[in-house]
Amino acid sequence: MTQTVSKTSIEPVVRPAPLAPHELVGPIEPLVRVSALKKYFPMTRGLIFQRVTGQVRAVDGISFTILRGETLGLVGESGCGKTTAGRTMLGLYRPTSGSASVDGLDLQALHNSQLLHFRRKAQMIFQDPYASLNPRWTVNAIVGEPLRVHNLFKTERQRAERVKELLELVGLNARHVNRFPHEFSGGQRQRIGVARALASEPLFIVCDEPISALDVSIQAQVVNLLEDLQDRLGLTYLFIAHDLSMVRHICDRVAVMYLGLIVETSGRDELYESPLHPYTQALLSAVPIPDPKKDRARRRITLQGDVPSPLNPPSGCRFHTRCPIARSHCAEQVPELREVMSGHYVACHEVK
Amino acid sequence: MNTLLEVSDLRTQFHTPEGNVFAVNGISFNINEGETLAVVGESGCGKSVTMMSILGLIPIPPGEIVSGAAVYRGRDLLKMSEHELQRVRGKEIAMVFQDPMTSLNPVLTVQRQITESLRTHMGMDAPIASRRALELLDLVGIPDAARRLNEYPHQFSGGMRQRVMIAMALACQPSLLIADEPTTALDVTIQAQIIELAMRMRDQLGMAMIWITHDLGVVAGLAERVIVMYAGFIVEEAGVDDLYDDPRHPYTLALLGALPRADRRRHQRLKSIPGAPPSLLVQPRGCPFAPRCELAADKCWAESPSLRPVGAGHRLACWFDVKEMAS
Repeated sequence: MTQTVSKTSIEPVVRPAPLAPHELVGPIEPLVRVSALKKYFPMTRGLIFQRVTGQVRAVDGISFTILRGETLGLVGESGCGKTTAGRTMLGLYRPTSGSASVDGLDLQALHNSQLLHFRRKAQMIFQDPYASLNPRWTVNAIVGEPLRVHNLFKTERQRAERVKELLELVGLNARHVNRFPHEFSGGQRQRIGVARALASEPLFIVCDEPISALDVSIQAQVVNLLEDLQDRLGLTYLFIAHDLSMVRHICDRVAVMYLGLIVETSGRDELYESPLHPYTQALLSAVPIPDPKKDRARRRITLQGDVPSPLNPPSGCRFHTRCPIARSHCAEQVPELREVMSGHYVACHEVK
Repeated sequence: MNTLLEVSDLRTQFHTPEGNVFAVNGISFNINEGETLAVVGESGCGKSVTMMSILGLIPIPPGEIVSGAAVYRGRDLLKMSEHELQRVRGKEIAMVFQDPMTSLNPVLTVQRQITESLRTHMGMDAPIASRRALELLDLVGIPDAARRLNEYPHQFSGGMRQRVMIAMALACQPSLLIADEPTTALDVTIQAQIIELAMRMRDQLGMAMIWITHDLGVVAGLAERVIVMYAGFIVEEAGVDDLYDDPRHPYTLALLGALPRADRRRHQRLKSIPGAPPSLLVQPRGCPFAPRCELAADKCWAESPSLRPVGAGHRLACWFDVKEMAS
């Protein structure tokens, strides 16, 4: 399968074979490593003589790894830093500190040509299929752009052939290459976004809320496409989403973020069946369940108030201002993310 | 149970340069006093246009209400003059919209916006209206209400803005609240807060509620009865338990199959619905779901099935019955 996709490539990329579940048991080298990654945005005042009045601590020191062929879900409420984390990992923002690497290439250490190589291996699918495609470009130009940037083919004709292959790969009609984005529906546009991300034959794709702008009946189509592509091409995903039901469906592992920090991470079923962090518990209890009897019977943990400002996050545990089980020391000491069960990490003083 | 609002054979079209948009194609439903009805469907299915038609909020032209009646407590809303409608809208039937930022006026304080309807509809003078506005903000759970009354919408978070919208809607103690995707722009934790608030208000004030949404998950815990819409038609209507236990329309079944579940282990791929919703620019002929339906037969393409009863309070617009076919 792998070969058919890259057959016209002048420099065939060696792909890892798709991993069967039993293969995941052994020790596998992670493809993606993120360690102590921070991204602060300065708040400035004044037009000419700008002074920095504060720092928005969007991502404040997160660490995780993603194995080859794995899908890690990154969840949390809006403003928790999940999108910033995804973008910083790919070098779309310069990290304030910390590091991120994909397939051994450390983003921080790279310059120019190497950075180009990094970007070839790590791609992104954006949330809004209306805003992320240039309305004046044809599909051929949009999907072909990574091929030109990375100089993957010698002639325009070869590139055009490859674009057609890519369109078919994502389930679009290859004859539509000369159409413009407005001629496609939302789901089809998202497929164009997927084709563009696949053009440079990446190993790793950050999917930033790829389905939230789509209708329910179309969401399943795009999710199934992402899964098929993962199986065929051995892709590794970071799946950023706020739809916790979809995350349980598509991800192998899940990390929960709150105010720029990861508060809990574990395998999918473990997290959904026995969440340990009070924030995860509240978040999961708020997810609507399409089953009236079950929904009425369950106990909701309703959090009071809104997420505090990342400009001036609470001291100690950042969740203590809304936490139903907070005690006095929670406001003073920052809880570490520690492993409480095999593969299950949580940052809470009260979890034993 | 007294019927509060009865809509029959409502058809709304828009005349655009591209042609006629068949937005709502002859739908009939009713809602009783104190009842919670959910209207579920994807974007473009006509759920919002239906409600806006009822309240006379459709711009005419390009819009046109081709036929239908919406009888509210014995009076047809579609035949009322604008002046008469204004006395119903906001006072007896209130509406909450999806995006609280665009439905609040950014240059007026929250106090000014809440007291507006109190003064016009209830004839309150300024000090009494202000006191009532304060009570309302307290009621919808906005902390430090006295100070926040003098703030502007941008100073509120998304969830708090939606609370302000609900406070405004409740100001005149309406008998019907129409909520159009009120939680779609909000995070799940805030969504849970708003749903809880809406249910508490409904129970306290005894009002009826129509909750428009695309999310079958939200509806499950909230509604008593559900209407499923597709391409301007009602395809199925049932009590909430009945709809989830015993969905009869292929579209309802497909929607439920396409939903991932947070409360269950994954056991298979999602069932996706092939294709996309039909263009509303084409005069509907036959069943609107036929192009995407597994069961579609010749009859489905030729003639549109009308809603027929298939059980207590259960109506279905399909030539087939999935249940009969299974047994």
